[in-house]
Amino acid sequence: MSIHTLSVLVENKPGVLARIAGLFSRRGFNIDSLAVGPTEHPDISRMTIVVNVEEIALEQVTKQLNKLIEVIKIVELDGREAIERELLLVKVKADVETRSQVLDVVQLFKARVVDVATDAITLEVTGNSAKLADFLRVLEPFGIRELVQSGLVAIGRGPRSISERTLRPVPVPVPNAKVIA
Amino acid sequence: MTEQGGNRSGTQVTGAQSLIMSLESAGAENIFGIPGGAILPAYDPLYDSKIRHILVRHEQGAGHAAQGYAAATGKVGVCMATSGPGATNLVTPIADAYMDSVPMVAVTGQVPAAAIGTDAFQEADIRGITMPITKHNFLVTDPAEIPRTVAEAFYLASTGRPGPVLVDVAKSALTAMTDFVWPSEINLPGYRPVTRPHAKQIREATKLILESRRPVLYVGGGVIRARASKELRVLAEMTGMPVVTTLMARGAFPDSHPQHLGMPGMHGTVAAVAGLQKSDLIISLGARFDDRVTGNLDSFAPGARVIHADIDPAEIGKNRFVDVPIVGDCREVLADLVVSLQSEQDAGNTGDFEGWVKFLAGVKERYPLGYDTPAEGLAPQYVIQRLGAISGPESIYCAGVGQHQMWATHYVGFENPNTWINSGGLGTMGFAVPAAMGAKVGCPDTTVWAIDGDGCFQMTNQELATCTIEGIPIKVAIINNESLGMVRQWQTLFYESRYSNTDLHTGPARRIPDFVKLADAYGAVGLSCDNAADVDATIKKAMEIDDVPVVVDFRVHRDAMVWPMVAAGTSNDDIKFARDLAPEFDEDDL
Repeated sequence: MSIHTLSVLVENKPGVLARIAGLFSRRGFNIDSLAVGPTEHPDISRMTIVVNVEEIALEQVTKQLNKLIEVIKIVELDGREAIERELLLVKVKADVETRSQVLDVVQLFKARVVDVATDAITLEVTGNSAKLADFLRVLEPFGIRELVQSGLVAIGRGPRSISERTLRPVPVPVPNAKVIA
Repeated sequence: MTEQGGNRSGTQVTGAQSLIMSLESAGAENIFGIPGGAILPAYDPLYDSKIRHILVRHEQGAGHAAQGYAAATGKVGVCMATSGPGATNLVTPIADAYMDSVPMVAVTGQVPAAAIGTDAFQEADIRGITMPITKHNFLVTDPAEIPRTVAEAFYLASTGRPGPVLVDVAKSALTAMTDFVWPSEINLPGYRPVTRPHAKQIREATKLILESRRPVLYVGGGVIRARASKELRVLAEMTGMPVVTTLMARGAFPDSHPQHLGMPGMHGTVAAVAGLQKSDLIISLGARFDDRVTGNLDSFAPGARVIHADIDPAEIGKNRFVDVPIVGDCREVLADLVVSLQSEQDAGNTGDFEGWVKFLAGVKERYPLGYDTPAEGLAPQYVIQRLGAISGPESIYCAGVGQHQMWATHYVGFENPNTWINSGGLGTMGFAVPAAMGAKVGCPDTTVWAIDGDGCFQMTNQELATCTIEGIPIKVAIINNESLGMVRQWQTLFYESRYSNTDLHTGPARRIPDFVKLADAYGAVGLSCDNAADVDATIKKAMEIDDVPVVVDFRVHRDAMVWPMVAAGTSNDDIKFARDLAPEFDEDDL
């Protein structure tokens, strides 16, 4: 098994997420993480899906996803050729005694303090999975009260865009009682 | 409405009128369906439409009829139902059409948009329910979207790998006013089926074919859907390669052809199973290496390289490693292979398959299909053999699922494509009668037989009422062995003949129901036959009746079994041609 990051361009229509989630569960593929959001084109959304599968199963995942009518394009992003980021919000115990130590960690990881209470502090940090895991490991001794993490988002390096050339619609003639093939 | 013909764009109409005008514009000629609350507005303009609506007795019948119509004609089959239970009753035929790649559009009513999500009366999320069993589906709440959605649904159902598409229309969209504008183009940026095979892959395939010594053409339902039988025959005859046709492809290549080894798989012929198993090259055309064909996958055709041609890229390499993948429409793939192999032959390069062809001819001769004639009672295989012989290869034969289906596939004798319509992938009992009804609507001048089991028949026989009333004179041959025969066969073989819940009591002791009386009650003609001497006369009598449906209760020997057989999960090498009898192959002949 190995980790793969798929960038999936989909038509921005209701039910697309359900279709994709349903496909993964029906075919028995596991999703490690999934993030959905708008793109530079209003009709298109982009999903970043992280899966942990064998090479052969990855081919099936990609082919089955491609069969969904609303899926426009799938690109596998290689970690070395792409920027990958996750967002983490974490509430850590911090009183007068420990607060400065926690703030040291915040500085080291280029995190941000987003909320402070008398005995807790809420932090925001972005980075790849490894950085976030390290951050949590260091905070662990202070006591983590609550954490929430986004799915991974990723974008390829260099000047090119994966949505180039995919947005031009190709009109299809309307059938008229056509006999198949 | 239809009479107004010409001016069809920009007209102010109700959503319901727009829906019917859209279906007409998409080319629908027949709709099988049942009205109900949410779809009711659509039935008013349908009353005046040139589209023939056939009122079925159960929505499952509507779905299977649409499948039968589509399979027989190649056109998109259309079924219609109301929301909630009407729609959920379509789920089985939709799943069936998805498995067997049948072009079908299902139109369902939905509760008004404002009520969606409130658990309203007769509300079911049919779009959500059918997501994994449709090629695509739509929920329409804006009446302006109706024409484009219908156009897309028909286009999706009939192109690429065909399949079912569901259009769920909210009642509020049917009752609102809208402009009817039939679109001049549709835009599906994520849908670009590849039909033209890549030239490089055709060259690679040609090379493998010429290098091989033991090739076999493994022909699946894709060849039927692509209407590629002629091209297949040219390729087979110019190369001399043997052919096997799967359950979905029966009729794609004539059964009488000397190169035809028959059907492969769990109940395949010894020659077809051996042909795949001992081959060094499998040329798969619109087939999908289904578990019922391969048996245990690890020991399937261990020495074979694979050329896999399919219009659906996801089928290629799904179950079996592929050496040469070809994405494309089977007819175009076959045509290109013919051209490519012809130019090689002109240059003097022909394959050497002589030893292989001789070996398989020997297997075919030594292990033909056969059955024991029981000392008492009627052999089901004999009934089907006579039916095929008397009604002939131009007739259409539909089947349910089970023993009668396997006997029909072996003993009817298929010579033409689109004459065999059955539920292959999903294995839906009760498919035959409604599918035959649909096929007969599509091909009114063709004799259409439903070869059915006594178990299957009892699942959907209510459609006999539809057939009688609508003037759809199908013929039904019930192969009545008083039991769920295939399950009983497994109980005989694997459960020490403990016949748990397989006796249907349709035999002489009780005869519940009496199929002859049942046919009569439905306004059909009921006949029965329980001995070999009367089989021909009974079939001929049924053939003479052409104004009402005919039901023939063939009361057959209940212990007959389907052979050959590869037990589930075992290797195809362990095929038995009769109980405890395994074929012996003289490998030296190879």
